[in-house]
Amino acid sequence: MSEMTALSRKLIQTQADTISKQVEHFSKTEVKCLIRHYNQLLGQPAVPGRAVNGLDRGKFRSILHNIFRMTDDMIMDGVFKTFDKDNDGYVSMKEWIQGLSVFLRGTLDEKIKYCFHVYDFNGDNYISREEMFRMLKNSLITKPTEEDPDEGIKDLVEITLKMMDHDHDGRLSFADFEKAVREENLLLEAFGNCLPDATSVETFEQDVLQEQLEQ
Amino acid sequence: MGVSLSRAAQWTTASSGTGKLELTPMNTSLLKEILCFVEQFSSQHPQEAEHVFKEPLQWSTTLVASDFKTDYDISDSDVRSHEKDSEGRPLLQLSPPTVYVRSFSQLSKFVHLADDKKLEELRACLEENRQPVVNILGPSFASLLEKEGANTDELSLIGEGEDEDQGRDSEVKVRLFLLLQNLDTQLLSKCLKEISEQVRLDPTAAKNEVELLRRFCSEGETRALKSVRYTSDYEFSNGCRAPPWRQVHGEMCYLVIEPCDTETLYVTCSTAGAFLNGGIKQDGEESGYEGTSIMYQDLVTLLNSRSPHFAENINKQDFAVQELPSTQKIQHVESVDAEEQGQPQRSCEQQEKNVHEKAGQQHTPNKAGGKKKYEPYTRWKNLGLVSPCGKAEEKNPSKSSGKERSGEMQKKKLGAKSKMKAEFSVSSLPGRLSSQKIRNPAGAVPADVFSESSSESEEEEEQPERRPESNTDLPSEYWQIQKLVKYLKGGDQTATVLTLCAMMDFNLMQETCQLAIRDVGGLEVLINLLDTDEVKCKIGSLKILRKISHNVQIRRTIVDMGGLRSIVKILDSPDKDLKALAAETIANVARFRRARRTVRQYGGIKKLVKLLECVPNLANLTANQVKDVEVARCGALALWSCSKSTKNKEAIRKAEGIPLLGCLLKSPHENMLIPVVGTLQECASEESYRIAIQKEGMIRDLVKNLSSDNDELQMHCASAIFKCAEDQQTRVLVHKYKGLQPLVSLLSKAGNKQLLAAATGAIWKCSISVENVAKLQEYKALDTLVGLLTDQPEEVLVNVVGALGEFAQIPANKATIRKCGGIKLLVNLLTGTNQALLVNVTKAVGACATDKDNMAIIDQLDGVRLVWSLLKNPSADVQSSAAWALCPCIENAKDAGEMVRSLVGGLELIVNLLKSANNEVLASICAAISKIAKDKENLAVLTDHGVVPLLAKLTNTTDDRLRRHLAEAISHCCMWGSNRASFGEAGAVASLVRYLKSKERPVHQSTAMALYQLSKDPNNCITMHGKGVVKDQQGCDIAAQKPGKRSRWSSNTPCKPAAARCLPLIHFIGSEDEMLQEASAGCVRNIRLLALANTKARLFH
Repeated sequence: MSEMTALSRKLIQTQADTISKQVEHFSKTEVKCLIRHYNQLLGQPAVPGRAVNGLDRGKFRSILHNIFRMTDDMIMDGVFKTFDKDNDGYVSMKEWIQGLSVFLRGTLDEKIKYCFHVYDFNGDNYISREEMFRMLKNSLITKPTEEDPDEGIKDLVEITLKMMDHDHDGRLSFADFEKAVREENLLLEAFGNCLPDATSVETFEQDVLQEQLEQ
Repeated sequence: MGVSLSRAAQWTTASSGTGKLELTPMNTSLLKEILCFVEQFSSQHPQEAEHVFKEPLQWSTTLVASDFKTDYDISDSDVRSHEKDSEGRPLLQLSPPTVYVRSFSQLSKFVHLADDKKLEELRACLEENRQPVVNILGPSFASLLEKEGANTDELSLIGEGEDEDQGRDSEVKVRLFLLLQNLDTQLLSKCLKEISEQVRLDPTAAKNEVELLRRFCSEGETRALKSVRYTSDYEFSNGCRAPPWRQVHGEMCYLVIEPCDTETLYVTCSTAGAFLNGGIKQDGEESGYEGTSIMYQDLVTLLNSRSPHFAENINKQDFAVQELPSTQKIQHVESVDAEEQGQPQRSCEQQEKNVHEKAGQQHTPNKAGGKKKYEPYTRWKNLGLVSPCGKAEEKNPSKSSGKERSGEMQKKKLGAKSKMKAEFSVSSLPGRLSSQKIRNPAGAVPADVFSESSSESEEEEEQPERRPESNTDLPSEYWQIQKLVKYLKGGDQTATVLTLCAMMDFNLMQETCQLAIRDVGGLEVLINLLDTDEVKCKIGSLKILRKISHNVQIRRTIVDMGGLRSIVKILDSPDKDLKALAAETIANVARFRRARRTVRQYGGIKKLVKLLECVPNLANLTANQVKDVEVARCGALALWSCSKSTKNKEAIRKAEGIPLLGCLLKSPHENMLIPVVGTLQECASEESYRIAIQKEGMIRDLVKNLSSDNDELQMHCASAIFKCAEDQQTRVLVHKYKGLQPLVSLLSKAGNKQLLAAATGAIWKCSISVENVAKLQEYKALDTLVGLLTDQPEEVLVNVVGALGEFAQIPANKATIRKCGGIKLLVNLLTGTNQALLVNVTKAVGACATDKDNMAIIDQLDGVRLVWSLLKNPSADVQSSAAWALCPCIENAKDAGEMVRSLVGGLELIVNLLKSANNEVLASICAAISKIAKDKENLAVLTDHGVVPLLAKLTNTTDDRLRRHLAEAISHCCMWGSNRASFGEAGAVASLVRYLKSKERPVHQSTAMALYQLSKDPNNCITMHGKGVVKDQQGCDIAAQKPGKRSRWSSNTPCKPAAARCLPLIHFIGSEDEMLQEASAGCVRNIRLLALANTKARLFH
């Protein structure tokens, strides 16, 4: 066992060395903690020599839900897509830690980029009317009696476009989005909650800190 | 009776000539009332009942001679009463079919005789005597009755005018008139009550009406209708028979009516009235609901117009049997109007009254529970009728949404709106059924009642500030904002935040948008959001609230809605953005007293003070600390607003806010300093703050910021110094921290009047210290100040002149002021009206007048007259200040006596002011009198005006300042004629002696002088001696020793220590003050001389 621990410790050390060079906002120690944490989340010890793909969509979503209190499935898919940079269907350790750096400590710029990616489902670098509609679909309480229950949503989308679509092309480019968010920070999560709230960040960071102390 | 008959009773319009009273329940009840009145009249008012009518009431009766009993002469068919009027005419005369009645007693009897026909008789009587009051009392009285508010004075006048010799008669007439007037009022109020009870039709009313019509079907030849039947036998629980999906249109039941003369009528009864439909024969028919006729008020009206036979017969129906259903009351509203038009002579008052009546009618149905529940029906119906197509509909609910604030109601409305759409697009049956559920009237009742009543009261409150609601005037923003508010209500967090952001995109500083948000119920939603857990929603809501709260009305509404409670609560939030926004909003809202009080009551002051805790002056702040500073800034802003209430100042102090403010005062940022200094200068009106500001070392920072680049900050600093420099120590500190130079340099900013006012104020207060004046003069402050005497607003002038008054305490400055041309400018200001300014101007002029050259100019400009005339100013401050200023003027004027005499009435004015109740005025006037009295001629005039008794009367005072000047005035006034004796007689001497016990040195001096002067009168010496000027408590007496003992004493010099202990005047002889010494000694000498003379006299006799 101790041999294993030593091995894994060594492995973590190497991983931390590599990753901390590629990730901002986290110190090497913190990265180590995150690696441990990631391994825990993965649920199986990192066996050397055997390829581990990473967190799959289901696992990832349950993490978002349990730790960061996210609820909207569609948005969580978006978050997964944004975390999973190589688009292989798994969030690898590096992707996880890179994602978390924005998630927990990102600057406004990073967060704007991140949110835009989450909302841009088809990855065409635009948030289209349809994408907005899909994201906002359940945001209004529609009465069952309403003739066209989507009318309100459609209207809301139009209002949003009027507010954010600065170049008037009927869709939100990254520039549109960035400009709007800079003017009004509340628009960062305009189409759904995709960042953890202050309390969950605090809790999560505390966990990281505690692990540091344990070391 | 006149008014109610002509206006409230319903006359058939058809008949020409004599009208007929319609068979309506209203008329029946009117008649019954009148009948009751007539029946009881002779028993209740026997005297008035005997009054003979001006003209007989005459009508065709159904009674015949046989109906009459005793008391009547019956010959054939003719009947005459035994009682006759003064001209021998019988008071009742029957020559069939006409009957003439000349008095109420006969009328009562007649009614009794008529027995069961009395209603018809009365009816006939009223129909044929359309103006009974004219008949009874004559036209002049009748016209009075028409006028509202006729009082008995007018009545008696008329009575006297008409027949002066018959005083008793007219008295009866007046009483009769009053009785009739009472009846009239009673009748009207009854009518009104009935009208207001039922304006809308309801199922019960409809049912009654149908029942009634059915009765008309039964009788043989006189029947009005063949048959009346419902299309459906099933009655819903709410009393309607129409299918539920038609009930939403207000339809209650469908009838098939067969009249006698025309084809069968298919009628729909709805809450708005009755109309012919497309022919619904039985229940469940799907077509034919559409109206084919106009809307009639009720069934009877409809039938009247459709069936001539019915119209003819309905009025023939026996009156007694006629119990028309209550529904018919509805027509009364209109008939009142119809009748109005026929009355050209109606007065404005009556019209107004009518308006009130109608208003009352419109309101009452809302309150009457029974009818209430059908309200929604009509509303839906109206919605549908007015705007059947979807787009236009949007306007309708919004119109009402202004009134119905509660969100619940709003949702109902929306639901209903969509329902209306469903109704017009052919919808499936299940859809209809579900809609019916929503519209179920019984279910709607509680919510409706609630929202209605609450919105009503709210509206009443805000009515004065409400603009007339008219859809066409409303700008497009209104509708857009309304839509947004709708989404706010029905959106989740994401939609809410989006909507809030969209709302922020509007120009929220524009009143249209601000009021639109309030009017569509947005304010309520925004405030509700503050109580949620969603930080982003709260931030968004506050971002909007902090902007729209710049509007006065919005502020009030926020407070009215209890929004401050939520906002104050947020001050405890851990989120810094939230705290800052909440504080900023409070800063805006707390601009009026009630809001400030509310903030305090919710413990807001404490929380706001807590926000001030931060580290403002570190060079490198972390992001968190930067946020802390922002929070503190917003907290200071809020405290600034709140600090305008005295109790809040106290609360800030108790919450230990002063040291925190002092800490923030070290901040380098102007946007932080302005609210902090603003709060401080606001609070510096309290002495506790002035002391604290000085003790906490804030003067240094205030002085430092005087040199800031920001005018506003400079102004607040100067203003704070202005208030604090009342204190000597503070003035020293301002000097010490080199604050005087920046203050003087601020004087150059003549463009900013507020800043100038604050700066000159600070200079004024600082110049109270002579050292400061010297320092200020180094910066040539005086020249600048004199330059500011022209073309400045009064608040600047007050301070500038105040400062000049202080500067002029130094002799050199008096000359400077003169050289700068200040004297003339100051004298010019004497003609102003601002009291604060006049106080300072007189003071400055007085100060300048101590210089002979200045005085020459003042005299030349007739300044003394101007100052003197200010004694007439109503303000005591101005009076006293002017009187003080007169002293140096008189002292230094070249030919003062002549100058004073030249002021016509001036001396009388001065003497009269001795009657003032204000001690400062009295003291100043006494001082002036002392100066004036130096001129013998003027003293003679003063004496003539009675100065002696007035001064003597004042001697009882305990005010040392007054005592001093009063004693001085008395000593000067002694110099004329028998004034000394007069003072003694008026009891002044005894009071003056008591002044010697005062602790004030100046009082001693002037009192000793006065006593010295008074002691020249022997009687006064005796009084003084008696009151103990030279006698101590043990009876040790130097001046009036018994001769035997005295010789022993005289061999020794008076024992000084002993005297000093117990003999006031003797003690004063030992004073270092030469004047006091001399006066006291002189006084003692006079007493001694008297005693000696006395002894000598005894020895010789």
